[in-house]
Amino acid sequence: MTKKIKLSELGNLFGGLDVQALEGVKIEGDVEIDLGQMGMNPQMAYALGHETAQLALHLMNISRILGYPVDQMLGASPAKPARLTKLIESKFSVGKIEEWKTPIQEVVLGATSSDGGTRKSTITLGGETALPYYFDSPMPHRNHITMDVFDMPINMAKAVKSNYEDVINSPAEWAKKVVRDFGADMVTIHLISTDPNIKDTSPAEAAKTVEEVLQAVDVPIVIGGSGNPEKDPAVLEKAAEVAEGERCLLASASLNLDYARIAEAAKKYNHVVLSWTQLEINAQKELNRKLMKQCNVARENILMDPTTAALGYGLDYAYTNMERMRLAGLSGDAELNFPMSSGTTNAWGAREAWMVSSPLKEDSDWGPREYRGPIWEIITGLTLSLAGNDLFMMMHPTAVQVLKEITQTLYGGKESEPVNIDNWVGAVL
Amino acid sequence: MKLNSPLQVYKYLPQINCAECGDATCMAFAAHLIDRSKKLDDCPPILKDEYKKKYLELQALLAPEIREITIGTGEHAKRIGGDDVLYRHQLTFFDPTAFAYDVWDTMPEAEFLERINRIANFRKFYVGKFLKVDMVAVRCVSGDPLKFAGAVKKASETTKLPLILCSFDPAALKSALEVVRDKNPLLYAATEKNWGEVAELALNYKVPVVLFSPDLDKLKSLALSFREMGIKDLVLDPGTYPQGKKLKETFEKFIMLRRAGIKEGQKDIAYPIMAVPLNAWLVYKDAVTASYWETVLSSVFTVRYGDIMILHSLEPYAMLPEVHIRDTIYTDPRTPVKVAPGVNEVGSPTKDSPVIVTTNFALTYYTVESDLSSNKINCYLAAVDTDGIGVEAAVAGGQLTAAKINDTFQKANFDFKDKTSHGTLILPGLAARLQGDVEDVTGLRVMIGPPDSGRIPGWMEKSWPPKPK
Repeated sequence: MTKKIKLSELGNLFGGLDVQALEGVKIEGDVEIDLGQMGMNPQMAYALGHETAQLALHLMNISRILGYPVDQMLGASPAKPARLTKLIESKFSVGKIEEWKTPIQEVVLGATSSDGGTRKSTITLGGETALPYYFDSPMPHRNHITMDVFDMPINMAKAVKSNYEDVINSPAEWAKKVVRDFGADMVTIHLISTDPNIKDTSPAEAAKTVEEVLQAVDVPIVIGGSGNPEKDPAVLEKAAEVAEGERCLLASASLNLDYARIAEAAKKYNHVVLSWTQLEINAQKELNRKLMKQCNVARENILMDPTTAALGYGLDYAYTNMERMRLAGLSGDAELNFPMSSGTTNAWGAREAWMVSSPLKEDSDWGPREYRGPIWEIITGLTLSLAGNDLFMMMHPTAVQVLKEITQTLYGGKESEPVNIDNWVGAVL
Repeated sequence: MKLNSPLQVYKYLPQINCAECGDATCMAFAAHLIDRSKKLDDCPPILKDEYKKKYLELQALLAPEIREITIGTGEHAKRIGGDDVLYRHQLTFFDPTAFAYDVWDTMPEAEFLERINRIANFRKFYVGKFLKVDMVAVRCVSGDPLKFAGAVKKASETTKLPLILCSFDPAALKSALEVVRDKNPLLYAATEKNWGEVAELALNYKVPVVLFSPDLDKLKSLALSFREMGIKDLVLDPGTYPQGKKLKETFEKFIMLRRAGIKEGQKDIAYPIMAVPLNAWLVYKDAVTASYWETVLSSVFTVRYGDIMILHSLEPYAMLPEVHIRDTIYTDPRTPVKVAPGVNEVGSPTKDSPVIVTTNFALTYYTVESDLSSNKINCYLAAVDTDGIGVEAAVAGGQLTAAKINDTFQKANFDFKDKTSHGTLILPGLAARLQGDVEDVTGLRVMIGPPDSGRIPGWMEKSWPPKPK
């Protein structure tokens, strides 16, 4: 209903009553204010006359001028969206996730002399009871990075290769370099020359390389095959034997090779099995189940690699696959609550990481590839760290440093000088 | 949304199965409303007066948990927020994070215009579309409302992209709003200090507004107060600290706000969240380091619940990963990603080059394609339409057959006699069992490649060119 009211009438209205407080008064509809009769100064009149949306507030100001106790009525009756004179007090709170009751299995890599190995220290992965870096409960162990070393020169993106040209023919020197200069927590020795399609290096010969690497560095190591499903079991078996007691990570057992043989080698010589599947949660459950039930691998000796696809090349699958596994594990799926490992180096397969420029003329300029490659590796790894990945297999020193910085910051392990962000708007950058 | 089964939605629909929405039945339409592939307004009958009450009720029940807000006008307007789930596999995330890149009012004019054009023209081709960035954030660095308004005016004359007006000074915001009052810009920002005046502006100019406070109690307090004053289009900025423990806390705040909004249904704070990765530049002066760290922050908050963000670096090595990680997170996981079927050239194939078959599952296709191109193998690569299913599953499921393979070459007018000297086709190792069928249907010689395209180079050395029969 539209009701026209003049201030003089308002005055008359209130004037006739013994008003202590205006409770439950709503001011609705068109309100016409006849200012002339109030004798207000022109500025006030201007302000009042201009903004119809402010009428409710102004009417209260007028009431105040008239001597009515409007301040009391403000708190009592916010019946109509109106201007506030002070903020509504409030407390924010949010609960924790109750479904996360099952911790991720803890897995120790490497063994010191007291445990039958020769490593200077060990690395523990897993143990989480929440998604990574969440406030629900702190992560017990930070993320770790293992850097790739190959047993023969391989094709690498230019930006990567320039870091390794001096050591490319010596896996031992290569391993030393990544630990000493690039801060690798671990070293992965990839025995790719064992592939019958490459050099067909014998398992015994490859095992010597493993021994050299173990002597060159004192961090825990990962032993990787060539990915040839016929050859890998024999290669990893021999490597496991010469590395007895070191709790190396054997990479990998998969459904398309004789995983039982790799599981046997891990049990016999005290190593950890990397259970590798390709972007398929049910296959991962199946392989983990087979390793546990069929091969009797203890839970603390299993790590899983659900496959890493590069940013722009299936990372959406890799990310969601890992996130679903981690959520299932935390919620009690005993076939999925294992720590995870990512072949983050796969990021270099993306053309954006290594190509000189875009092959498409419609694209904006891609800029120098030297800067594109490392950030591609960083973002691929970082995304998976947020899904729950624990161990990163990486290649570029800058990528390793930056990924360490952000994952350790989110983990809570980084202090910094206080930064005032309150006036970022006016900052001169 | 408050409903979770088509049956619950059905109760509110006209139930006349008129099929005007494109679905045969109201129940089928209800299912599309639940999975958010259709909108309520796609049902013409329910828009009639007689259904008005049900329409309004259903509309409220279907509204996403996180308020959806529009910034800008016309074809470049962007919606942000609109999410219903905490993890993308539970449905999908809606309204990709809006990326705004900054300009400021003390820039020399030529530089200012050049920068805006770079933002507006950025594009990166990806799976049949261009990835682009969305907005321009104009910062008031001068402290002068007139100068700021001048910059905002220039920006709005240079680009149709939505604008974010950044200043904590209500006078500056007001003078800028005067010049873009019909452009629906986003106001940045209301704080504990200036909130009264900024609220006044949001009301008078009817524009969305960002609330800024690193204290979540205060942030909620601001949101409640603005809502009380009738301002619904709110964005929350809990502050993006660029380093150390404060960055960890920032991350936790994003999780808390979104969990409260979606899991706990706390409507009071169920608004889009803003991140400011630009703050990386407050601590790193070296441009490459700052750009890298900004990209890292941008990625963290694209994955975890940032709905809009303000960025600074226009370096390609920052923007490319930024747009790709956003696409990664916002790609609908319910539909397999496909490439267009057809026969494509990799490198510069000649008559002696191999012809290789794969599926149109984007991941498979791009993997094979990059394995080939990175090894400099010139060839023809055929993407067979398998509904976006990978090789192994498509062979098992009948989406990859001899007939489909033949079809692909015919539709592409690819004549082996004309294009090749060898009349040979290479099947993926995982499709080996189709060999006989494909030979019969196409009349070509069929070779079996390796099961993993990473092994094509080795395979080529051993098996290509094919030995004469």
